[in-house]
Amino acid sequence: MKNKLIRLLETAGFSWGVPIVKLVSGDNPKAQVNDIFHLLGLPFIAILIFLVLWGTLATQVKTSLGQLPGPGQVWEQSRTLYAEHKEERLKEDAFYERQEKRNEKKLQKNPDATVKTRPYTGKATFFDQVFTSIYTVFTGFFLASIIAVPLGIACGLSEKLYTAIGPLIQIFKPVSPLAWLPIVTMVVSAVYVSDDPMFDKSFVNSAITVTLCSLWPTLINTAMGVSSIDKDLINVGRVIRLNWTAQVLKIALPASLPHIFTGLRISLGIGWMVLIAAEMLAQNPGLGKFVWDEFQNGSSNSLGRIMVAVFTIGLIGFILDWMMLTLQKLVSHD
Amino acid sequence: MTPSAQVSVLNAPTSTKQPQDEPQAEARDLAAENYLDISHISIDFPTKSGPFRALDKVNLKIAKGEFISLIGHSGCGKSTVLNIVAGLYKATEGGVVLEGKEVDEPGPDRAVVFQNHSLLPWLTVYQNVEIAVKQTFKGIKSKSEMDEWIRHNLELVHMSHALDKRPAEISGGMKQRVGIARALAMQPKVLLMDEPFGALDALTRAHLQDSLMEIQADLNNTVIMITHDVDEAVLLSDRIVMMTNGPEATVGEVLKVGLERPRNRVELADNKEYNHYRHEVLSYLYEKQRKTN
Repeated sequence: MKNKLIRLLETAGFSWGVPIVKLVSGDNPKAQVNDIFHLLGLPFIAILIFLVLWGTLATQVKTSLGQLPGPGQVWEQSRTLYAEHKEERLKEDAFYERQEKRNEKKLQKNPDATVKTRPYTGKATFFDQVFTSIYTVFTGFFLASIIAVPLGIACGLSEKLYTAIGPLIQIFKPVSPLAWLPIVTMVVSAVYVSDDPMFDKSFVNSAITVTLCSLWPTLINTAMGVSSIDKDLINVGRVIRLNWTAQVLKIALPASLPHIFTGLRISLGIGWMVLIAAEMLAQNPGLGKFVWDEFQNGSSNSLGRIMVAVFTIGLIGFILDWMMLTLQKLVSHD
Repeated sequence: MTPSAQVSVLNAPTSTKQPQDEPQAEARDLAAENYLDISHISIDFPTKSGPFRALDKVNLKIAKGEFISLIGHSGCGKSTVLNIVAGLYKATEGGVVLEGKEVDEPGPDRAVVFQNHSLLPWLTVYQNVEIAVKQTFKGIKSKSEMDEWIRHNLELVHMSHALDKRPAEISGGMKQRVGIARALAMQPKVLLMDEPFGALDALTRAHLQDSLMEIQADLNNTVIMITHDVDEAVLLSDRIVMMTNGPEATVGEVLKVGLERPRNRVELADNKEYNHYRHEVLSYLYEKQRKTN
């Protein structure tokens, strides 16, 4: 039970939980307290020092939007943002309630009347923007993965193919999302023409930009993983006469999964960074737009609100990375 | 890992190794003598400075049920011979004939035990054997027959206790046992072993050699084993094939080991005949084919 819990914590990347579990079970308390200090105490102290420095130094900086906010103001702004979100939701609920009542009345008077249901068009709150961003990054990342993994496997299996497209990969890999964005925008508005589009154009733009930038790490890592498979494993497949598909699915793919997941993890991290920049530049909904809007808004609270966004972006990036790392640990077999 | 465990499949008579009196049996024996014919194989590897001839006209006839060791200094092309027989490499000249048919592609009739076990690390012990069995006996054995066969082969190598363990969770010796079980489970005509115990410590190696002799007594497989280890070669083999140093390596001398089976390593350690064979191999390796570099 205890060991299972410890293994679970380690797989999930919560190694700081391990000494706590051991301490509770009374396993060498002194060493555990020592470990807890190392794993939890030291980061805690560092964060504390950071907050104090931030708090004191921020007061020294006067901007045109007032004083640079310290930790206190930022905390306050995060609560305001939450309150605004709640308020907006209440408004939305009220709107739908009114609409429904109105329609009901209409139908009572005349059962054949056509009733209209309009979506609520209130302002997107901070939390709405967060979810838009997460949704967008996963869409872009998903698109990138379904291109990069098969292509990477193909490159890993065929040295000729890899040699052929290697230069293209090297050239496109370092391109900034901001350079892609105008092209993507123009291409999407030219190609993605529909009267009743399933997705907003802005969403498609952001997602494709993410795709273009997060494709490469997965592609390169997959190709490397597949081409570096232990030759004996391939030979095992040959001796038992697996056909080509089985050779790929039963040997090449599982053998390179750890590499593939390393690539996916880097890709998702890049995708998240790219997305914020793209949203900011293109005014596409999401956290990037929130930051830009606040910047343009220029109220005395703006800087505080932007800092809330900065921490949110960091935290979500951290969570995404943790997710991928845990997945990577689950699929790796050594 | 108790060697006395129930390893009682058919006690196949070792007919090819016993002197025959009847003239009829002689004709049959001739065919059996030529069970596996490695016929004048040479191989060139392409290098920047032109082709490099690694093997030159290796010629070897192996009888059914015979246990052959290939011994030689590293780089002499022992593994290349094995890989050609396995079909993993293609000979530039010559060919390999098994039971009258030429073989030039890999297949389960020539199962290989690799030096580094080569178990698929994401599969359990059972699944590692299963993947080979499923592939080899597709449409021949039913599901339950396959299951029984997998368990039987793992039993042979004394690995029944770890069916659900992954390779990373078992020792090197155990991994090699599973590798052997996987190869045996393909019911190969020839079992090819590429330094199967090379990566193991001496005690584990001895254990596995004993297991292999036991299995061999039961199944009477035709085996080609590559080894560096003189004791291993003498203990296990019917014939020891000593190779010259590369490049253009070929068969140097062949030593017939007439020691009676079952062989016991402790008794043999003090046996004159055994030591004579050892001496023969050692003098070949360290006097006649002394490595100069």
